[in-house]
Amino acid sequence: MSETNNNALQPKSASTWQMLVALGGISLISGVLIVLAYETTLPRILMNRQRAIEEAVFRVLPGSTSRATYAIEGNAVRLLQDATHTGPKIYAGYDDTGALMGIAIEAAGQGYQDVIRVLYGYAPATECSTGFTVIESKETPGLGDKIGLDPRFLANFQGLELRLDESQRSLKNAIVAVKQNSKSNPWEIDGISGATVSSKAVARIVNDSAQEILPIIRQHLRQIETQQ
Amino acid sequence: MNTASPSNQSPTVADTFLKGIWKENPVFVMVLGMCPTLAVTNSATNAFTMGIATTFVLVGSSTLISLLRKFIPKQVRIATYIVIIATFVTMVDYAIQAVSLQLYLALGAFIQLIVVNCIILGRAEAFASKNSVFQSILDALGMGIGFTVALLCLGTVRELLGTGSLMGMRVFGDAFEPWGLMVLPPGGFFVLAGWLLLFSWWKRRSTTEAATAGVAMQRTGSHEI
Repeated sequence: MSETNNNALQPKSASTWQMLVALGGISLISGVLIVLAYETTLPRILMNRQRAIEEAVFRVLPGSTSRATYAIEGNAVRLLQDATHTGPKIYAGYDDTGALMGIAIEAAGQGYQDVIRVLYGYAPATECSTGFTVIESKETPGLGDKIGLDPRFLANFQGLELRLDESQRSLKNAIVAVKQNSKSNPWEIDGISGATVSSKAVARIVNDSAQEILPIIRQHLRQIETQQ
Repeated sequence: MNTASPSNQSPTVADTFLKGIWKENPVFVMVLGMCPTLAVTNSATNAFTMGIATTFVLVGSSTLISLLRKFIPKQVRIATYIVIIATFVTMVDYAIQAVSLQLYLALGAFIQLIVVNCIILGRAEAFASKNSVFQSILDALGMGIGFTVALLCLGTVRELLGTGSLMGMRVFGDAFEPWGLMVLPPGGFFVLAGWLLLFSWWKRRSTTEAATAGVAMQRTGSHEI
């Protein structure tokens, strides 16, 4: 009974071959369309990404007009000629005369919602940070996203102390976030009330990155200064 | 007689196009696609981009599905529709990255999630698989524009109240205290509820007016008789 009912419901049942041809044919069309879209947009996408990083580098290193990219490989730094390198990178900024203005360091870590990617500037001469910008974050709009928008919070990174200790292996004072309006030391970050987790995450990300990268930078400062 | 036939036909073409914008608006009438409606309308720019991206996917997939409607066996139609829709979503994804990386980051995962927007699969199943290419394009355009307008309605209100600006430009002076809740998810629910309330009030009023007008006409008609 049920078989006859099914047959009555589907009078023109397609053969397996027809279904395979339909699915295969449509997948082929889809494949061609996607490849076409990818090939046409790829140069623009790469250009946009490059520009975003460049803008961010010049934003966190005020006064610099040119830059050089270095890859961090173990304990050494290597000057990169192209931007395709995928490992950890730092960007050195120079002024018109070729003097080193500072180094922009990319760092990432877990935030409140997802991974936060930031870029901060480090001036070796003063051992202070020169600026900070959020490259990627999915923090709560209106609350957590203040880490990239709130001018009061961003001002923390103008002259935040990033001094190494005598051994030159770690920071003299670890970077910590404190409650809003209670910053009393140059290595403290004045937090955002309402975005406590996000502002603490930023402090942790910058601290972890600085503890790891700054000793390497100090070791190879001469090489970066001469753009080698 | 000749003049009568185009006037009889033209409303159907116009109806196909206009029903998505007003009578069967996907957001305010059919209450479909609520996920992006609530999630990405925290600013007018995001809402507009999302609307345009969805319109492109709607038009592209409706056209292809309508073109291939006689070739696709019934048993595998949903699978093929999803493949076709996913293709256009991938294309839009690349296109937005090429236009602006900032916009792409602001919209986040919601671009990819257009694949599961029920408006698109709904139009493919209910309209494009049964109608000509021209009709399907009109229907998809109407629905897409209707969706974009609805998102903009939410986006402008939320951005104005939540940040005091529109499309990133400041509208209110420094004295304005932003109503931060409006750009957060609860704000989306409040503003959507407000628009739905307005729409149903409008609908009820026009039905009551039509009914009273009908009664009045009947009365005057009976007097005349």
